[in-house]
Amino acid sequence: MESKKEIKQTLLEISNLFASTENLTILKGVNIKINSGEIHAIMGRNGCGKSTLSKIIAGHPSYEITSGKIELCGNDIEPLEPEERAQSGIFLGFQYPIEIPGVSNLEFLRVATNARRKFLKKEELDTFEFEDFVKEKLDIVKMDSAFLSRSINQGFSGGEKKRNEILQMALLEPKIAILDETDSGLDIDALRIVASGIKKIANENSGIILITHYQRLLDEIKPDFVHVMADGKIIKTGDSNLALELEKNGYDWTDEFINKN
Amino acid sequence: MVNENLVDNIVSEPYKYGFVTEIESEKISKGINEDIVRLISSKKNEPDYLLNFRLNAFKKWKELEEPNWADLGYEKIDYQDIIYYSAPKQKDKIKSLDEVDPKLLETFDKLGIPLTEQKRLTNVAVDAVFDSVSIATTFKEQLAEHGVIFCSISEAIKDHSDLIEKYLGSVIPASDNYFAALNSAVFSDGSFVYIPKNVTCPMDLSSYFRINSGDSGQFERTLIIAEEGSSVSYLEGCTAPMFDTNTLHAAVVELIALDDASIKYSTVQNWYAGNEKGVGGIFNFVTKRGKCIGKRSKISWSQVETGSAITWKYPSCILIGEESIGEFYSVALTNNLQQADTGTKMIHIGPKTKSTIVSKGISAGHSSNSYRGLVKIGSQAKGARNYSQCDSMLIGDKAAANTFPYIQSQQPNSEVEHEASTCRISEDQLFYLQSRGIEFEEAVSMMVSGFCRDVFNQLPMEFAAEADKLLSLKLEGSVG
Repeated sequence: MESKKEIKQTLLEISNLFASTENLTILKGVNIKINSGEIHAIMGRNGCGKSTLSKIIAGHPSYEITSGKIELCGNDIEPLEPEERAQSGIFLGFQYPIEIPGVSNLEFLRVATNARRKFLKKEELDTFEFEDFVKEKLDIVKMDSAFLSRSINQGFSGGEKKRNEILQMALLEPKIAILDETDSGLDIDALRIVASGIKKIANENSGIILITHYQRLLDEIKPDFVHVMADGKIIKTGDSNLALELEKNGYDWTDEFINKN
Repeated sequence: MVNENLVDNIVSEPYKYGFVTEIESEKISKGINEDIVRLISSKKNEPDYLLNFRLNAFKKWKELEEPNWADLGYEKIDYQDIIYYSAPKQKDKIKSLDEVDPKLLETFDKLGIPLTEQKRLTNVAVDAVFDSVSIATTFKEQLAEHGVIFCSISEAIKDHSDLIEKYLGSVIPASDNYFAALNSAVFSDGSFVYIPKNVTCPMDLSSYFRINSGDSGQFERTLIIAEEGSSVSYLEGCTAPMFDTNTLHAAVVELIALDDASIKYSTVQNWYAGNEKGVGGIFNFVTKRGKCIGKRSKISWSQVETGSAITWKYPSCILIGEESIGEFYSVALTNNLQQADTGTKMIHIGPKTKSTIVSKGISAGHSSNSYRGLVKIGSQAKGARNYSQCDSMLIGDKAAANTFPYIQSQQPNSEVEHEASTCRISEDQLFYLQSRGIEFEEAVSMMVSGFCRDVFNQLPMEFAAEADKLLSLKLEGSVG
């Protein structure tokens, strides 16, 4: 363990982040630091700002950072467009992956993979090379190659959409993957497939943020840190036991915490 | 809308076909009257029957009124301010390509349509039309071995008068509409195709129309006849230089399919559309119609309309023969201040006739894009069927899309199905693609190609790729 810690590198650092949409302040001073090799869980009630935080990191145009900073490997990402953030290694696994009719999943995955590879100064893959490359990755999420020829997420079941997200994570090899309620709407089998996929992709050089309401995902993937979010702030941080506490006691105490402060 | 700064920073791709060829041309004086019609006919040494055809058309034109029912707004066209005949000066009789002015060959080279034997496309025969005249037709001799006639309509008027007399104006009579009447009176050139009985045309045929002169109108005329059991695939491309005045283009295309014959007619229209403030551009008023006379005959129109300041165009099928089939696949893209009112008419006359309409309209910028279609099932068309699908895509929040489907049925034993949808490229879809590292512009063009896929699949291979590229170019800088 000690030797690993020595080579740890800060991948994502968010300091005192305030953000708003349509004049409504949603994030009210978020601080979080993710090092390489770490898995963090962010938990909290609906509307506490978890999903907003993930969208802001990815660069969603509807939100505005009013103060504070987000740094990826020491570089401020605020001036970057969403595609530039993705190319430099930020990945957002969506809670509700959107359907895009007419655009082939395979072509989409190839263009996305090549955009990232170009940034990493790796050789871009042609159609044939990519087909081989993607087939290796399909196993990770137990997806059938038939999914590749369909339109992006169109007609996919909830579980298939989430597996498609994890497939993208596998292809893009991000520095930081933020998985927004990847466990929601999954039955237990699908949850296991998705969780085992995430575990296979996780490595010492990258970090993962799991946003979730439930312990059941964390039973599969044990986080190094658990953060509790309420009213746009992280109000408590602990290890994986904090999640178990939440499972037992619920979130009511967070309301009291907010009221007191 | 989304990413305003990024979008504002992207400069629109300039129209790459906007150059003018410096060539001495023979023009007649501006304006139109009976003498002008006679002059055009005499310049082309036409037989009397054709002069009469023109004069009758001119008479009709004077009686007709310019239509105003389309969803288009433009300043009144001054028909006396247009030159009706303009031809590049060259030798009277050109025997081979070697005698064609090199400047003209160079022009078509620049447009990606090489005509000389060493460079020409090997799988497509081309009729190249420059302003009012046909410059050259490739593979004529090879096609003749199969009995296929592919030449300029002026040549056909002289050499194949029996066919011209029988079919010219048989699908679109001069009295059909204002612009068809004008075309019938003053048409200068165009292409003629005749496919004999039971012949499958050994290669795709194509016409390339180039407007070069700024003050003359272009009025070309195309006639395609497919005899019993024959088939042909025909492609049409169009470009024009950038002028800050509007140029009138009023073409007529007639198709005739006899028993078991099939004609596939594909267009990629990229006339100059005017600048982003709406100055200049081609006024494109075109009448295209096919007649499925024969049993089990088939006429299929596919079009990708990206250019012109104004497009007014309804390629149609008259389905007379029993079990004949009409198809219309269309992508119409408008940007900036372009206006398009386009669609089709499927007239079911014979029993068990079938038609399919797939129309995709994409409107960006401040443009307006309307689908207007008529499906008419006549009293004899027992068992006729139509399927129509009209989808509109809006890019940005200043563009407009309309759908005007007209359905008239006089036959209870028939089926007409119409589906329509409108979508806007959503911010969330774009964000999804961007969040995977795909550039904003590429994300838009991926979604647009996806939207048009049903139509692109109908285009001949080389055209489909071209159309896809063209759409991305046209959309650059349009989202915002």
